[in-house]
Amino acid sequence: MTNGWIDIKNTDMMLIMGGNPAENHPCGFKWPIEAKLRRNAKMIVVDPRFTRTAATADLFLQIRAGSDIAFLGGLINYAIQNNRIAKDYLINFTNAAFLVKEGFKLPDDGLFSGFDAANATYDLETWNYEQGGNVGPPPAAPAPSSGETTGDQLKTGQEPARRFERQSEPVRSSPSTPPDKGPSSAGGVMSSQTGGGHQAAGGPGAAAQGGPKPPPPLPPNTAYDLSLQHERTVFQLLKKQFSRYTPEMVERITGIPQDKFLKAADLFTSIRKDGDMKKAATIIYAVGWTQHTTGTQIIRAAAILQLLLGNVGRAGGGVNALRGHCNIQGATDMGGVFDIFPGYLKIPAPSDVDLATFLKRTTPTPSKPDVWDSYNYWSNTPKFMVSFMKSLYGDAAKKENDWAYHYLPKIDRKYSWTEMWDFMYQGKVKGLFAFGMNGVAIGPNSRKNIEALKKADWLVVCELYPEETAEFWRAPGTTSEQMKQINTTVYRLPGAGFAEKDGTFVNSARWLQWKHAAVPPPGQARLDQEILARIFLKVRDLYKAEGGKFPDPIVNLWWPYTTPENPSLSELAKEINGRALADLTDEQMFPGQTVKAGQQLPGFAWLRDDGTTACGNWLYSGSWTEAGSQAQRRNTDDPSGLGIYPNWAWSWPANRRVMYNRASCDPSGKPWDAERRQIWWNEAQQKWVGNDVPDFKTDSNPQDHMGPFIMNPEGVGRLFAPLAAFVDGPFPEHYEPSESPIANPLHPSQSISPVAKKYDADLDKFGTPEQGYDVVCTTYRLTEHYHYWTKNNPMNVQLVPEPFVEIPAQLADKIGLTGGERVKVSSARGEYVAKAMVTKRIKPMMIDGKETFQIGIPIHWGYRGIKEDQGKTARNPVNLLSPAAIDPNAFTPEFKGFLVKIEKA
Amino acid sequence: MSNPQTMQIQEISAHSGPVPGQGTQRAAKVCKYIDVTTCIGCKACEVACVEWNDHPFRETSFDNTYQTMASTEWNYWNLIKFVEHERDGNFMWLMRKDQCMHCEDPGCLRACPADGAIIKYQNGIVDFQQENCIGCGYCISGCPFDIPKFNPQTKKVFKCTLCSDRVGQGLEPACIKACPTGCLHFGTKQEMVQIARARVSQLQTESGFANAGVYDPPSIGGTHVIYVLHDVTQPELYGGLPANPVIPPSYTVWKWLAKPMGLIMAGLGVLAVFFHRVTVGPKLPQPEPVITEHPDEAESDRRETP
Repeated sequence: MTNGWIDIKNTDMMLIMGGNPAENHPCGFKWPIEAKLRRNAKMIVVDPRFTRTAATADLFLQIRAGSDIAFLGGLINYAIQNNRIAKDYLINFTNAAFLVKEGFKLPDDGLFSGFDAANATYDLETWNYEQGGNVGPPPAAPAPSSGETTGDQLKTGQEPARRFERQSEPVRSSPSTPPDKGPSSAGGVMSSQTGGGHQAAGGPGAAAQGGPKPPPPLPPNTAYDLSLQHERTVFQLLKKQFSRYTPEMVERITGIPQDKFLKAADLFTSIRKDGDMKKAATIIYAVGWTQHTTGTQIIRAAAILQLLLGNVGRAGGGVNALRGHCNIQGATDMGGVFDIFPGYLKIPAPSDVDLATFLKRTTPTPSKPDVWDSYNYWSNTPKFMVSFMKSLYGDAAKKENDWAYHYLPKIDRKYSWTEMWDFMYQGKVKGLFAFGMNGVAIGPNSRKNIEALKKADWLVVCELYPEETAEFWRAPGTTSEQMKQINTTVYRLPGAGFAEKDGTFVNSARWLQWKHAAVPPPGQARLDQEILARIFLKVRDLYKAEGGKFPDPIVNLWWPYTTPENPSLSELAKEINGRALADLTDEQMFPGQTVKAGQQLPGFAWLRDDGTTACGNWLYSGSWTEAGSQAQRRNTDDPSGLGIYPNWAWSWPANRRVMYNRASCDPSGKPWDAERRQIWWNEAQQKWVGNDVPDFKTDSNPQDHMGPFIMNPEGVGRLFAPLAAFVDGPFPEHYEPSESPIANPLHPSQSISPVAKKYDADLDKFGTPEQGYDVVCTTYRLTEHYHYWTKNNPMNVQLVPEPFVEIPAQLADKIGLTGGERVKVSSARGEYVAKAMVTKRIKPMMIDGKETFQIGIPIHWGYRGIKEDQGKTARNPVNLLSPAAIDPNAFTPEFKGFLVKIEKA
Repeated sequence: MSNPQTMQIQEISAHSGPVPGQGTQRAAKVCKYIDVTTCIGCKACEVACVEWNDHPFRETSFDNTYQTMASTEWNYWNLIKFVEHERDGNFMWLMRKDQCMHCEDPGCLRACPADGAIIKYQNGIVDFQQENCIGCGYCISGCPFDIPKFNPQTKKVFKCTLCSDRVGQGLEPACIKACPTGCLHFGTKQEMVQIARARVSQLQTESGFANAGVYDPPSIGGTHVIYVLHDVTQPELYGGLPANPVIPPSYTVWKWLAKPMGLIMAGLGVLAVFFHRVTVGPKLPQPEPVITEHPDEAESDRRETP
């Protein structure tokens, strides 16, 4: 979340789409309700089904699963056409005025410029800004305008906004303009102005495999036109791109009737009616957006909409991802993904031959109009990276050995989830550690995962219950004869449950909250860290005794824990926060302060790239300081009344609760809404102050025009995402799901994303409407169950005892099915049998003129559990149906919106 | 309601003597307020109820609905009823938490023939005392909301206690504590009616529910569980909430006519005995049997009740 759960209470308007928080986040859902009760906020819910969330909505729209970009694109188009956009915000805080390179082509035919059909990738040459400063018409030409185009004039805070206003509206009063502070102010503390304008988002895999050439750099001095009139400004391109998303097109693709769409569009954008900037709208989503082959671009579309409306960085605004597990945010932050290290540091590629090469590739330099400032916080990448390596290898990480850079793994391909199982199915992956996840049930295409495990040499499962992965040989359809052929050795380790461990959970709002163990693990069950530590120590002993190809990274791993075979999580949390390895002072930023060697670091601003700091995750630095664990704080004071609770637990980064909060103020540093003040510029103190921790360079005077989006090299929000930020395009474009009932109405010849990956093993089959697979199927969770776990708990089983399939009443009528009867759902990959829930909550839809039905299946069952073991339910995981097709950016499988057929069973 | 005092009994079923401890303590009228319009049907209240009261699990089976079971049961006192409903072309999914309404004029108590099996506290809570329950099932037919449920094993009747054990200690009922959205509130009746009315006016002016209203049926003197409904003119939509709940006349007759009549008859009998003794003298060797009232009838009824 850019904001946080509690902050939702500050909103005036909610778009809840791609998520069902009432169902899956019922405790957090109190805040949307609070916004309704206290602020009369309106709630728009868009979902393939009428959900529990929809039950409390002001407006519900039923959408076809997999058509989200068409809907959001329609909203973007509506906002632009009806002038319901935040103009000052747009010009000053986004790249709307930046010029895109000549030759960049919009995907009218389904392809952006630079498509390489042979490799199914894009050449990024034209996906870039143009170099060259102001190219706009001299603003207010008739008026005397001496020096209007000089940098000095542009740097005066409100000035760019004022120029925009002159195009259409009366000039607003502009605050008196204090003297220019000069261009050097951005080069202050925490900024390393080295490097050659490289972009941080290069794809390491691509470089290693000799694929497309590494992306060109972003230009340091981008061309721009503050009048937004130049046809190659980001704004004009955006307008053109989404002009195709008319209400008619939205209806054809999504199935939402035009009048309903227009009602929703009018309601959502009504917060910017008549140029009002006081109100704020939030967008709330979850895996209903991510689990598509276009998932990342759906979220991009939401971000674009929120930037257009000026909602990012503001109380009650933002783009808010709801995380579906208690600590999935923590897992992501700590690098539980194959292509990042903790703190979203990139993982080296084989072509990064040494640390300098790696850092040069991954440390961005500012790219912006030269008259603006950009904090470009990722310029600190070397400090984060060296401190991270010091925390991994301690004294073995020395300047002479590049801080043990050569110990780090270099990834030569995408080791994503689906890829891993594909490799195992191909016989290339020989063994698997499965800790706290049920890979067979999770899917996609569970049959392939089951077959893959049969080919593995060994499998280690650490779990609480016997489950589908640990007992993959029990999968339905496996004969006892076949079982005898399976040679996989399975080791089962008794894990401890969440209530038996201490440590932190990181919630959707980015809070680290410490919890204490409620009870000790029962019987022989062990804490995860003990199991992992014991395995590690044994492996290390083996390397020490026997050597090996490259023992150094193992034998030199820093392992300083009091109880090496069972490190305490508080020790680990301290290590993650980081500590000083020598006495540290910083007269520029922290005059008079010293952090002594061995002390916990107060925050990431103290990190160094000279080996004098160690830090396991720079984003968490500040969470366990000399003052103790900040995650254990439980102060309930909320002085601002905005739900900030600054002393409750600790929120990354730096305990700030709303990210990009500089954007909650106008360019001059005054809050857009005086009643929801987060931070503001204090002229007397010459710094940013407020209720929240400023997400900004605190002494950057608004006249310097530093962008609020400090993690982007541009300093501004990206309507256009340049270069390799996203491999499937700088703008979102609607593509059909990997299995779709229609050809894409925008460009039938390029129906699905040209760069989405569909796997092609013999078990990776894809169905078409012509083959009879013409029902759109989506999968989801229920309030009453938690993943594949609670089918072992009598309480949950009592609430919802068995699997079911939700089927529209009209479809049930068509095939003569009544509620409670058994129904067989088949995809090209497998079958699923369960009882039918015939409901009016899903209606038939007209998709591009064709009557189309959608069905939904909750995911929670498999072949081990209370009812399953009693033989009282069908024993099949729903992911037998889902396809192995993935989003090329985030590698998330398409669990939503695939094709099936249904019949009575 | 955070008065950590033991609750004061106001009424006792089938009890003609004084209420023990009367006048020694005072307790405000309590009330549970359920805002149906912000209920998300998450069933946290169901789980909290089962856990707090330590109920054994029931075997349930799929029944084409999200609803856990068809109706409340002797070991399942709190049930959200899910209803799919079309209104003005708009679809609504109604979720109403069903449980004992704790009527001001409780039909169960009126119907109950067992002394002390049902009591009503001064704070409005209607509570069953299973040790005094004779299992006759009159309370079941006396309830206009179909709440009391018979346990065939123990031959006793059970229902929601409004967590009288918690409330007596100054705590809110378990369901209230578990509710994640805050659609459940607990406090004095006056406070709850006030909040409910404010919500109703918000629903009318902001959400276009012209018929929104508070369900607090006067036909039974009001209830200590009140609802805010999107459409109070059609409470039946919400899983069969009666528009005009009434106690079956036979029980009001029992209470207000038959029982006093019986008492009068008994008194007359005693008098008759007395005068017989005075005027005629003792009948030897056995005394005249005293006329008894309804319990005999209740006893025979109980035997027939499954």
